[in-house]
Amino acid sequence: METVKEKKKGTDSKKTIKISGAEAIIHCLLAEGVETMYGYPGGAIMPVYDELYKFQDKLTHILTRHEQGATHAAQGYARVSGRVGVAIATSGPGATNLVTGLADAQIDSTPMVCITGQVTRQLLGTDAFQETDIIGISTPVTKWNYQITEASEIPEVMAKAFYIAKSGRPGPVLIDITKNAQIDAFDFSYEKCTAVRSYKPVPKPKMSAVQAAADLINSAKKPFIVWGQGVILGKAEQELKSLVEKSGIPAAWTIMGASALDTSHPLNVGMVGMHGNYGPNVLTNECDLLIAIGMRFDDRVTGNLDFYAKQAKVIHFEIDPAEINKNVHADVAVLGNSKETLGLLLPLVNENKHDAWHNIFKEKYKIEFDTIIKNDIHPTKEGLTMGEVIEEINLASNNKAVIVSDVGQHQMIACRYAKFSQSKSNITSGGLGTMGFALPAAIGAKMGAMDREVVAIIGDGGYQMTIQELGVIFQHKVPVKIVVLNNEHLGMVRQWQELFFEKRYASTVMVNPDFVKIAEGYSIEAKRISERKDLKSTIQEMMGSKEPYFLEVKVEQEDNVFPMIPSGASVSDVRLK
Amino acid sequence: MENKWFTISVYSENNVGLLNRISGIFLKRHINIESLNVSKSEIDDVSKFTIVAHTTEKWVHNIVGQIEKQIEVIKAYYHTDDETIYQESALFKIASGLLFDERQIQNIIKDNNAQIVTVSRDFFVIAKSGRRNEIDEMHDQLKPYGIMQFVRSGRISVTKDEMKISAILKEF
Repeated sequence: METVKEKKKGTDSKKTIKISGAEAIIHCLLAEGVETMYGYPGGAIMPVYDELYKFQDKLTHILTRHEQGATHAAQGYARVSGRVGVAIATSGPGATNLVTGLADAQIDSTPMVCITGQVTRQLLGTDAFQETDIIGISTPVTKWNYQITEASEIPEVMAKAFYIAKSGRPGPVLIDITKNAQIDAFDFSYEKCTAVRSYKPVPKPKMSAVQAAADLINSAKKPFIVWGQGVILGKAEQELKSLVEKSGIPAAWTIMGASALDTSHPLNVGMVGMHGNYGPNVLTNECDLLIAIGMRFDDRVTGNLDFYAKQAKVIHFEIDPAEINKNVHADVAVLGNSKETLGLLLPLVNENKHDAWHNIFKEKYKIEFDTIIKNDIHPTKEGLTMGEVIEEINLASNNKAVIVSDVGQHQMIACRYAKFSQSKSNITSGGLGTMGFALPAAIGAKMGAMDREVVAIIGDGGYQMTIQELGVIFQHKVPVKIVVLNNEHLGMVRQWQELFFEKRYASTVMVNPDFVKIAEGYSIEAKRISERKDLKSTIQEMMGSKEPYFLEVKVEQEDNVFPMIPSGASVSDVRLK
Repeated sequence: MENKWFTISVYSENNVGLLNRISGIFLKRHINIESLNVSKSEIDDVSKFTIVAHTTEKWVHNIVGQIEKQIEVIKAYYHTDDETIYQESALFKIASGLLFDERQIQNIIKDNNAQIVTVSRDFFVIAKSGRRNEIDEMHDQLKPYGIMQFVRSGRISVTKDEMKISAILKEF
């Protein structure tokens, strides 16, 4: 562990105090500014919980009802606040229950530190009670992980964990701490980590690349921006807006990038990807310059790579060198933090307008509106649609709510139709597609942004994967709004079965319990609606409530999400029905 | 893109678990590691992995990017066979009696520029360093006489061009 280089110079000799490893962990968390953490106790982590008890006035621990819930709550907290989320669990099953959340945070670049207890040093490798090799298990789904077997390692490793989790392209870090290291006393002192010899979090931008990008932008006739979460993680929202406005370039977003630019901005042309907007998808194959900012060309964004933007030059603004040329060849790669690189680009970009090109997006939107959007958000048929529910939430929240969505049809509808007026407002499981994400993530999101309204949009399937976290909402009176869009199916799988498996609905029909009664069992105010006449007033009542609120909306059972780029098809082959 | 032989060189910290992290990158992509060697490098306290894989340039580029991203990896490179000087080592354990009964064995040792590293009453051990095909040829020549044990190491290699690793480390 000689890799941490301290840059602090001229400080006084370090103050040390003799404390247990467990107490040291608390001091490390406090020194890193942690106020809230999520977890579940158990044998191998008990010394730390004993200290949490003593420090409960300084550090809030939220007992989730399952360790997976702790990770998603930490993720929700991190995504809405930009801070590091913290989850803690015991060894064995406690640790393995973190794996889904770690994988989710890894693929969606969410800063998170997970702490696990481990059997005592002498028992490692003996198949002791609740021993599991969580370092081995979590290696592929963590940015970094480390097993502490001696108390004296704690300050340096914890400092390194927080530094790695939040720097560069953020990600999850897991620290496994054997029980002896929690119990043993040592001389504690803490210094934050500022550098690791073998780790370069942010590449230094090359001015030649920025200039090359500007030259391409200034000479392009049909340029198109697609941005992703890198804009939010890089805090480059203002730079993106300035670039779009100065250059007049139409800009679209991936679901992870949603909310970085106001939905209502005239040059925000919508969402790319499998269920994204028609114009941004088909025009990807008509632009002459594709400017990708902080996105990674996921297959759900690109469709078939052999037919993706082949006619266009590509500029890729990216913090992670491993993303360059991974899926799509970049003619110009601009490495660095998006705030810095876009900041360097701005003065080199000419003021411009691309009205004729922008008008083509508007024409495509008109086609999509007439064939799909109109029927989704202003339906004339009897049954309720998911889209009109989202639209009512937009109206009742004045586009200001944080929308936390789960995974499936409702997620795509929420991402398509939710309107955002500030950044960090769309919290969803993008890369991993983790059903069960939304309910615990909404709890974390609310705690990370108490001044904001948080609405969880969840399907009847995913809701039941982490439904036990209603216990947290009940215990702590977390005022989240939970909207279950109940179509009595695993809707997205059912849609694929309908379209690609000749309507063989294998295990996608859901036999559901009485969700209202369950919420009421947790003393949460709960309503169920199934008719349009009740929709507006109930959503207004929900948004007006200062308490937790559960709303089940019975929606059409066999609605499909369109547009759709079938798996493996080109972005040009968008199906409108 | 056609499959080729690539030698991947990884300079890293010497920490528990890093081998698992690096091999997992191959596992995730369903690409086999043909040989792997870990040793110290020309730089104090810096380890060097030498990994051989038979894959496309697109995948080796992807893999090296992912390896280099690991926190404890300082730098990773990939090279084709033309760009490196490389060899492997092998040990052959043969029954001692054959050394005297089968005169041809001595010729095989001589012709292959191999060395006898030990001789005991029951067996003797021949060491041979060289390209994979040279070791395979010698193996084929000795096989008819009976090989008690055989082992071959992973590839070790140095590049013809400079690896600018020392300069990178000075930047830190």
